Amino acid sequence: MNATLVLLAGTLITTGIYLLQARSLIRIVFGVGLLANGINLVIIATSGRSGSPAFVDNGGVPVDVTEPLPQAFVLTAIVIGLALIAFLAALAWRSWTIDGVDEVEDDIEDRRLGRDL
Amino acid sequence: MTSLVPLPVALALLAAALNVIAVRSRATQRAISIVTLTLITIISIVVLVGVERNGTLVASLGGWRPPAGIALVADQLSASLLVIATAVLLIVLVYTIGQHARDEASPWYHPAYMALTAGVANAFLAGDLFNLFVAFELMLMASYVLLTLQGSDAQIRSGTTYVVLNIVESLLLLLAVGLIFAATGTVNMAELASRTGELPDGVRLGLNLLLLIAFGLKAAVFPLFFWLPDSYPAAPGPVTAVFAGLLTKIGVYAIIRTETIVFPGGNGTLLIVVGCVTMIIGVMGAIAQADMKRILSFHIVSQIGYMVAGVGMGTTAAIAATIFFVIHQIPIKTSLFLVEGIVEGATGTSRLDDVGGMARRSGWLAALFMLPALSLAGLPPFSGFVGKLGLVAAGVDARQWGLIAVALVGSLFTLVSMVKIWTGVFWGNVMPTPPPLGRGILRQHRIEAGATFACVGLGLAIAVGAGPLYNLCVSAAEATLDPAQYIAAVLGR
Repeated sequence: MNATLVLLAGTLITTGIYLLQARSLIRIVFGVGLLANGINLVIIATSGRSGSPAFVDNGGVPVDVTEPLPQAFVLTAIVIGLALIAFLAALAWRSWTIDGVDEVEDDIEDRRLGRDL
Repeated sequence: MTSLVPLPVALALLAAALNVIAVRSRATQRAISIVTLTLITIISIVVLVGVERNGTLVASLGGWRPPAGIALVADQLSASLLVIATAVLLIVLVYTIGQHARDEASPWYHPAYMALTAGVANAFLAGDLFNLFVAFELMLMASYVLLTLQGSDAQIRSGTTYVVLNIVESLLLLLAVGLIFAATGTVNMAELASRTGELPDGVRLGLNLLLLIAFGLKAAVFPLFFWLPDSYPAAPGPVTAVFAGLLTKIGVYAIIRTETIVFPGGNGTLLIVVGCVTMIIGVMGAIAQADMKRILSFHIVSQIGYMVAGVGMGTTAAIAATIFFVIHQIPIKTSLFLVEGIVEGATGTSRLDDVGGMARRSGWLAALFMLPALSLAGLPPFSGFVGKLGLVAAGVDARQWGLIAVALVGSLFTLVSMVKIWTGVFWGNVMPTPPPLGRGILRQHRIEAGATFACVGLGLAIAVGAGPLYNLCVSAAEATLDPAQYIAAVLGR
């Protein structure tokens, strides 16, 4: 396990979670980006030592190859993360064009009920 | 027969792509969606019959046998849920088309709807955790689009909560899957079943809880439910109906799989307590609301509590009752929201104070509401009674007296809040003052009414066929609780 990767992943995840708690949607977008990449790094960091490419022809002799599956996971996760961030950014933009703020608002109905009770 | 298993997912994705090409012609899009969904429903029924006759069907994608390749697995649990889910998706599609372009106005409605179908089908059929994660993403991404399609202020506001919460859920699920792979070297559920037992207790519990938190957020169990009553009511009527009927139940399905195959045993007390609190909090929230959509949304939460508590008991009888409960909830919850859609279409609002006398305007509509509402509350002779009776009987066997008490009190309050909708919306003076041709709401909304009749009929059919269906649920529960069968079918050992 690579200590630098683990430290980096930890930093990304904590920063991401910190940003997610903000009210501003743009901060949340950045938080999701950091969190997603932090988790990708965790998967890479825990996937074992690096080695030769997984699909290597060594004339039938076993070689010390890298586990390919986590890398496939991370590739898929990066693509999904990209789509999520793009959609969130679009939401933030739409929210900003509608009322000029990009903040996550309260549940109005909930507030109203709370006042009535 | 095995080659039919991937078709629900593949056909739905194909239809989504075709719908994007046919973006200029709504008639073509409708034809594509309806034909595909009908086909998928028929295929699902054939798969269920096949599973009943020949046992679990396993399709190895690309010809790579598991554990090397990705497998789609149809056993009794997933096949029966697939049938009811696709049938409900088809009914809601017809309903949407009948609404004459209110929600369907965007050309992206149909592609998103078919992508949602693909995600739902894939979630039920997924044989490994990573494929399950991808299925969740497919389903959620489509649901983000459907929820915010009109881009109005209210939709963006509540859509934001929904999207951010579900992204967090997705990322937690991804983290859980990655760590499970790191700990066991596989994500195939059948292989996991034999490997998670060898993990150290702490690691095992940590991974198990991480998965449970991710799925619990999706299923909206206490204390992770708060996003649901805020976001669902903002979606267009039929979209809410699909979300209410299906999405949370897929979370429950994933919890059943987690607790029976991936991490068998353990967590029983935790799930029972969480389930009981969810029942009560959900129903209390419902009673406090003053809007039909929000009352129904809180009921989704409350009913999830029954299912989670059933999983927590973990006996064959309890799991069987839970499976029956999930199958019965899908059409019941959907039909309640479909009725709400018609009410809102006729009056322009779903606030209890602003609507009234709907029973006088349309007796049939009132009947369409009352049947699933009584079923939801668990009164005999409806399907909800059978499901709750099963859970209570399982509770007696497992000596869970607290759970039984909470479940019965929860049912009572469910009835109270259904009566609240009934008196607010259907009883009393006609409000708002109807237009001159105010009578015959159902005649003005023929297709929607037909679809709602079909959905309520599906719910009643479950009550009528409760005997054979319950037997199916019992054998599905036996198979789910005995992972050896599943492992043998998937890994061929």
